[in-house]
Amino acid sequence: MAESTTTRDFKVIGTRPIRPDGVDKVTGRAKFGADYAFPGMLHGKVLRSPHAHAIIKSIKIDKALKLPGVKAIVTSKDLPAAENKLEQSGEMTVNPMHLSMNILAHDKVLYDGHAIAAVAATSPHIAEEALRLIEVEYEVLPPVMTVDAATKPGAPILLKDLRNNEEGDKPTNVAQHYQFKRGDIAAGFKAADYVIEREFNTAMVHQGYIEPHNAVGIYNSDGQATIYCSTQGAFDVRSLSAQVLGMPVGKIKVVPAEIGGGFGGKTTIYLEPLSVLLSKKTGAPVKLVMSRSEVLRASGPTPGSKIKVKMGATKDGKLVAAEIWMAYQAGAFPGSPVAAGALCIIAPYTIENFLIDAYDVVVNRPKTAAYRAPGTTQAAFASETVIDELAEKCGIDPIDFRIKNGVKEGAPQVLGPPFKRIGFIQTCEAIKNSEHYKSKLTGKFRGRGVASGFWFNAGMQSSATVNIHTDGTASVVTGSPDIGGSRASMAMITAEVLGLPVTDVRPITADTDSIGHTDVTAGSRVTFATGMAVYEAAKDAERQLIERAAKVWEKKPDEVEFRGGMLHAKGNGVPPMSIKQLAPRFARTGGPITGRASVNARGVGPGFATTVVDVEVDPDTGKVQLLRCTVAQDAGKAIHPSYVEGQMQGGTAQGIGWALNEEYFYDDNGTLRNSGFLDYRIPTCLDLPMIETIIVEEANPGHPLGVRGVGEVSIVPPVAAVANAIYRAVGVRMTQTPMSPPKLLKAILKHRGATQHSAAAD
Amino acid sequence: MHAITYEAPTTLDQAVSILKTHGENARPFCGGTDIIIQLRAGVRRTEHLVDVKKIKELQTLSFDAKKGLRLGAAVPCIEISESDVMRRHYPGLTEAAHLIGSLQIQNRASVGGNLCNGSPAADTTPALMALGARARIVGPNGEREVPVEAFVVSPGRTVLKPGELLVELLVPAPAPHSSDAYLRFIPRNEMDIAVVGVGAALTLDGDKVKAARIALGAVAPTPILASKAADALIGMKLDAAALEAAGRAASEACSPIDDMRGTAEFRLHIAAVLTRRVLSIAAERAKKN
Repeated sequence: MAESTTTRDFKVIGTRPIRPDGVDKVTGRAKFGADYAFPGMLHGKVLRSPHAHAIIKSIKIDKALKLPGVKAIVTSKDLPAAENKLEQSGEMTVNPMHLSMNILAHDKVLYDGHAIAAVAATSPHIAEEALRLIEVEYEVLPPVMTVDAATKPGAPILLKDLRNNEEGDKPTNVAQHYQFKRGDIAAGFKAADYVIEREFNTAMVHQGYIEPHNAVGIYNSDGQATIYCSTQGAFDVRSLSAQVLGMPVGKIKVVPAEIGGGFGGKTTIYLEPLSVLLSKKTGAPVKLVMSRSEVLRASGPTPGSKIKVKMGATKDGKLVAAEIWMAYQAGAFPGSPVAAGALCIIAPYTIENFLIDAYDVVVNRPKTAAYRAPGTTQAAFASETVIDELAEKCGIDPIDFRIKNGVKEGAPQVLGPPFKRIGFIQTCEAIKNSEHYKSKLTGKFRGRGVASGFWFNAGMQSSATVNIHTDGTASVVTGSPDIGGSRASMAMITAEVLGLPVTDVRPITADTDSIGHTDVTAGSRVTFATGMAVYEAAKDAERQLIERAAKVWEKKPDEVEFRGGMLHAKGNGVPPMSIKQLAPRFARTGGPITGRASVNARGVGPGFATTVVDVEVDPDTGKVQLLRCTVAQDAGKAIHPSYVEGQMQGGTAQGIGWALNEEYFYDDNGTLRNSGFLDYRIPTCLDLPMIETIIVEEANPGHPLGVRGVGEVSIVPPVAAVANAIYRAVGVRMTQTPMSPPKLLKAILKHRGATQHSAAAD
Repeated sequence: MHAITYEAPTTLDQAVSILKTHGENARPFCGGTDIIIQLRAGVRRTEHLVDVKKIKELQTLSFDAKKGLRLGAAVPCIEISESDVMRRHYPGLTEAAHLIGSLQIQNRASVGGNLCNGSPAADTTPALMALGARARIVGPNGEREVPVEAFVVSPGRTVLKPGELLVELLVPAPAPHSSDAYLRFIPRNEMDIAVVGVGAALTLDGDKVKAARIALGAVAPTPILASKAADALIGMKLDAAALEAAGRAASEACSPIDDMRGTAEFRLHIAAVLTRRVLSIAAERAKKN
């Protein structure tokens, strides 16, 4: 395993201690959102639309309200008017009006599962029975399920107020057109010896986190509200809920529960404002928990896409031009990650001439949310398949082709500014030199595919405090919900700076009243940005320790040094003092020591990954079996290598699921037909080989410890890698996901027919 | 969810009497691996659940070399896959029972429940049909026997009338040089539902087929017998051409739909592929018996 290129000598960072939250999790003591209970608590359920697209003509709640045990019902009438404007919230852009319309449908339902009303009752069963008694009169409209259907002339319009940046005052389903270009693509294609052009279609897929969305809302008569929920961003839940409820941010406290997976899907709100509204109406705490079916129908999956890629290369394997058209299904409201996809689709390569057009299109599907490197896996499936094909045309090994064209420090990014230190080429070389890639793959219908991926990673705002206890141990408090082992990393960074054993540092995720503002756990930003805040907070504590030691020794602070976890007086023979020895004297030297830091983190280091997979295809059924998989990823500096590897394996597993079987399957009426884990097929452990990992460490110069985000980019290459492996196994280029047995078999039979036909013609 | 009464009679008479009293509003309940999910999802609605797991006749698994197998309707699948007798004499039915859900589910789920749920995709039903199994039913008007292929009448509906109960499945003793096999196609490797399932039972006479039954699941509104495909094999050697023809004939017996689990076109193709494969496995086993 290629471990460290970082020469710094760390004591704690880079080791693999047991995670501090492990005991609570394996003993079942960890409190997830659905575990919260309060005296007098009511249970809420949500009535959801059975139609993909319909006008709500009336909602009658009288019968439901009369059911014994029912305490309150809310509809969109209970929501204040929200503004139709764009606001930045964490890494998302939010339109408060659309957010409100998604929480409870206003005058129209826009997807199967769209929330219409919420009931609070003394038991979940009564609340569920009450839903059956709410009478909704609909005028059903034709559903618009695909980009093509949404953009064809005369298509039904989903949002009457939607306008884009190009069509003036014309109602439209196209929310936005983005364009990125460089050079002269006509000249570029002219210089190309080989040009490949293909169209790709990917299905909408879900993050598949195990824990469904949940919220407990408590509204007090003094106008203060508390929300307990499982979220990636307590501060975002607070600000978004405040917008929807028309409450001041300071009147809401959000307590983040332990979280059972998010992958981007828990960066927005669904049940949270409903729990507060119902609590306000009833005066009691109200708890809502989604079923799996509700999660799939009405939370935020990632878009299906249609992508056309045309790329050209010279005979010697230099990429010279790329022309890309891409359109993403935003769901019912604007805001797909198509711009991110457009900026990432050719990001790993230096191409002098390109033109990228990207469209955000509303359709009658749930509003999409973030999913691990949002928008980029779809894009890389298209570009990395075409690159594989160009490498083949040029007769160059696909890894060598990537190394030849890959971006290095100083190469311009898609938007122009040059990359700082990056590790893309190193990930390619790590795969090239891996035992896996060097091994020979034998056997019929087997193939090996490679692909690479890029993701920006995010910075944003984080706060941290480091408290030194009276016994010389410490706690580190942040506002980042831990979805990937970040508590371990935060404790390790604190321990490293203060020279403490990691077991002497207790990491805490605090609520919104107990720590400075901290943006959402997303964009692979926690170890990078919150880690930066923790590092600075520990350094702040270190400065204070030096001052106190100076006071004890009656010296000036610059006459005291802190190293190896000990305070040393410069010069004479004063014996060094440990934090443990100094801690009992805090009270008499100025009081407790609390290190603090808040950052708006700059210096984000982008992430790259390269993946190789071996597959075997059953040519009679179209079923694909993964035989072996290795992923190499640049972590900058792996704080806790096991959790970096876990992220790499998790992203790869999700990418493989996306490649093979996952899809939102809607019928002609726009009804989701696979809203459960039986028919929405994420891979089981029997569907995956052990995913081998190679951590590359090209230190990020923008971080005091060299860290780059590691949580996302590993999901980017697998779909393309699987497609490229299938091609080598059975000779067919798959241009759609999922590459499920019916679709692959059809392609194999078509290919077999074509080859038999051409053989007969010969 | 609405309130449901639960009763657990210990004799057949009690069970029939309770079922008769509530008529359409009652359903027998065994492992609950289907019905609880259906009730929660609102797919089925019932007022009374009658737990039949405590009735002795429904919990009996016995084998007699002459009379064959008596399989109580409530015997959990795990007992079948852990039974040496079942593995030796009915390997196809055993592997079908072993495919249902996970091991945890197999502790609750039963072959009888799988049949009574009436799903076209039930794994054990084609395996039972291939073996020529019969269903013994008791009800307010006494007893009757129905061949398994006639038990399911449409998706989710069976021949059971209000008040009736499936007691046991009667499977003939295997003839010399015979065996059975079951294969299903699923997109993943575990925890899935059949896109196509094929069960076959064969009796050989030397290298020729003496008797054959082929049944398919998930390719029509109910599990089906592919009698033409099976009959055409009689007297034939099971070579590539015979397998090809049997596969084609089995596929022709199907009338599948397009759904989230596969297209009709895909199912027709897979029906032929699995028929060939399952016949080969059954033949290999039969040669050893």
